[in-house]
Amino acid sequence: MSFSLTLEFTLQQGEFSVEIHERIEADAIALYGPSGAGKTTVLEAVAGLRQPDRGRIAVGDRTLFGSESGIDVPAHHRCMGYVPQEVALFPHMNVRQNVTYGAHGAPTEDLARVLAVLDLEPLVERRVEQLSGGEQKRTGIARALMAGSRMLLLDEPLSALDVALQRRVMQYLVRVHDEFKIPMLYVSHRADEVSMLTNWVVQLDNGRVVASGPSEDILARV
Amino acid sequence: MADDVWQVAVFTVTMAVAATLVMLPPGIVFAWLFARRRFRGCTALETLVMLPLVIPPVATGLILLRLFGRRGLFGQVAESVGLELIFTWKAVILAMAVMGLPLLVRAARAAFEQVDRRYEQIAASLGAGPLRIFFTVSLPLAGRGVLAGVLLAFSRAVGEFGATVMLAGNMPGSTRTIASGIYFYTEVGNDAAVTSLMLVSIMIAFGSLWFSNRLAQP
Repeated sequence: MSFSLTLEFTLQQGEFSVEIHERIEADAIALYGPSGAGKTTVLEAVAGLRQPDRGRIAVGDRTLFGSESGIDVPAHHRCMGYVPQEVALFPHMNVRQNVTYGAHGAPTEDLARVLAVLDLEPLVERRVEQLSGGEQKRTGIARALMAGSRMLLLDEPLSALDVALQRRVMQYLVRVHDEFKIPMLYVSHRADEVSMLTNWVVQLDNGRVVASGPSEDILARV
Repeated sequence: MADDVWQVAVFTVTMAVAATLVMLPPGIVFAWLFARRRFRGCTALETLVMLPLVIPPVATGLILLRLFGRRGLFGQVAESVGLELIFTWKAVILAMAVMGLPLLVRAARAAFEQVDRRYEQIAASLGAGPLRIFFTVSLPLAGRGVLAGVLLAFSRAVGEFGATVMLAGNMPGSTRTIASGIYFYTEVGNDAAVTSLMLVSIMIAFGSLWFSNRLAQP
């Protein structure tokens, strides 16, 4: 798959700043590093939820943010499937309503396929508060997929799950990647997750890139 | 209950419902703006909207009379399109709406502030524009608080006196409300009518406040 992600920007956030200059040709990219490294900030900048001070963010040839060109595509036009750490399913909707929220008239076959891949068919009429942690994560991923996303932005999707659930959700993530061939930007502080799912790692610490390269190379040094 | 008392009660509730419907769109827009946006003149606009809450209702009525009277800024505009406002039922609605608006805005603003912004951000990332986010995420999640504000504003409208009397007068059959009716019947010593109107007033207020409190509970 030919896919590239350009992350060349600086972003000041109070006392903390993120500075990143990367052009990555890979379809499963990890933002890896300890808590407070700036991973989520980078992810939110790609999603359009935070505005960099200057620089450029692009997916392929499509510029999402460019301070020089004056481009700042609003979040709702970026087509990014953002799955935050706390999935934040809409609490007033059931699973089906959540999953189809961004579907924009997508064919019913697409919905059936997403629900099947993530084993959500038996849950579609359930209210959000009736879902387990793992079911909520899967619903959040399905919702992002159904929005016709060009890229999945996953922020620590296995956090707050017990070990058994982490393993199951990871299996679903691998399945999603294989089935839908959708590029991913995956935030995690855990090497085992990153090695299972991604083929490129951008290692961050204190808002700066400390290493970047193929997953096996970077993780071998960790 | 005597016919005229019954007429006053029905008229008041009808006017209060109409006033609530009139204040609902601007009230929700103001509440959302004050909760979610900071803009030039925001504090001044908020103060203006909240003013009827703190100044005497009669003063609010006087200001409205100056604005909507024949020589007033809006009165001239209304007259030019053939709209007669002052001392008509339309003035009753206007006075009730202006007096109830701050209560609606306060409650709805608090409700919008409690909506987790993450839901709105997620909706945006899923391709929803600002209007869709508002109607499908923000408003439903703030719904209980907004509805509580609507009920409070409605109760305020039912009990409105000062501004209504200034702007609409107290004409039987056309602008007399429960509050101005109680005042009038007290003056003329009609105790039965006063008692009936007070009971109606208490029942409406009790029902609205009880329902409003229930909605405000998590």
